Amino acid sequence: MQTALQVLDREYLEARCSLLELAAALDRVDRAADHEGSAGEFNDSRLELLKQAMALLSEESHLPNRSERMLLLFSDLD
Amino acid sequence: MQIIQPHYHAIARTAQDYERMAMSGVVAVAEPAFWAGFDRLYPETFIDYFRQISEFEPTRAADYGIKHYCWVAVNPKEAENPELSHEVIKKMPEFFDKPTVLGVGEIGFHKTTKNEEEIFEAQVEQAIKYDQLILIHTPHLQDKVRGTKRTLEVLSHMNVNPERVWIDHVEEHTIREPLEAGYWVGFTLYPVTKCSPKRAVDMLEIYGHERILVNSSADWGPSDPFTLQQCVVQFRARGYSTQDAIEIFHNNPARFLGQNPKFDIKPIRLETIDEPSHNLVGN
Repeated sequence: MQTALQVLDREYLEARCSLLELAAALDRVDRAADHEGSAGEFNDSRLELLKQAMALLSEESHLPNRSERMLLLFSDLD
Repeated sequence: MQIIQPHYHAIARTAQDYERMAMSGVVAVAEPAFWAGFDRLYPETFIDYFRQISEFEPTRAADYGIKHYCWVAVNPKEAENPELSHEVIKKMPEFFDKPTVLGVGEIGFHKTTKNEEEIFEAQVEQAIKYDQLILIHTPHLQDKVRGTKRTLEVLSHMNVNPERVWIDHVEEHTIREPLEAGYWVGFTLYPVTKCSPKRAVDMLEIYGHERILVNSSADWGPSDPFTLQQCVVQFRARGYSTQDAIEIFHNNPARFLGQNPKFDIKPIRLETIDEPSHNLVGN
């Protein structure tokens, strides 16, 4: 098994790229809302889900289960 | 749709890439001189490389109906060997007379060192002296901001015409200053480490279409010549017309590169034709 440093070396740039794409996607929504004249007012439950998912990323965790918890967050459980 | 790929390292790619590019509308590529993945030891190695991209590569592209142009330069990584670099720079004017050489590039910074700056300035001076276009590489990842700022500082003290200078690999955090200073800028679409097709279209929406070039670079590393076509598709999917796409992906490179008269591909415009309708029934 690779060391944590080896894994980070391999994953860092792709993770950076994924975060940039997410930031750009959110900017895209904001710019479109601004263009429609609804800047700061536009809301959608999916945006709230994305915010919760982003918060989950920065949580300290003793278990490597962020992806599982994120998929549950995006699931209809009722 | 006709496309010009303005930054393409053809020697690192296969004939099949040329064929598929031709099938997807690419009519011309321009190949800057770059780092080979290892530091070369001899000026003659550069000279042979310049011969390869100015003499041989156009014949390989022509097999697929694609026009191939190139640039000559010492790239920023190998500028760390100033003695070698100056020997190569002395030989570059011989290539300015070749029929497909468009200018000096890609030059600039990698780690923004003193040696890099010395060789960057020497090559800008040579481009000015021989009235050549200039293509500037900006650094990767965490070095990009510092290198771009220093690039602009160096250029501000030199007698360059910004309209004849293309500052490449800009991203959201480095596009504003070069564009406001009157330079052309380029978005380089890489799978992971530079700009993505979607983010490129975002910047086109924010900054407009003037003095902006989009390219795939496409070299021997993780890269893909068809990120340019992905960008065209992304642009069209957001509702822009084919003519809008032609302006960015064909006409802008034709305008910048066409400042060198050797680049003879002109901007184009789509036109509908009113033709009399033919009644085929009964013929």
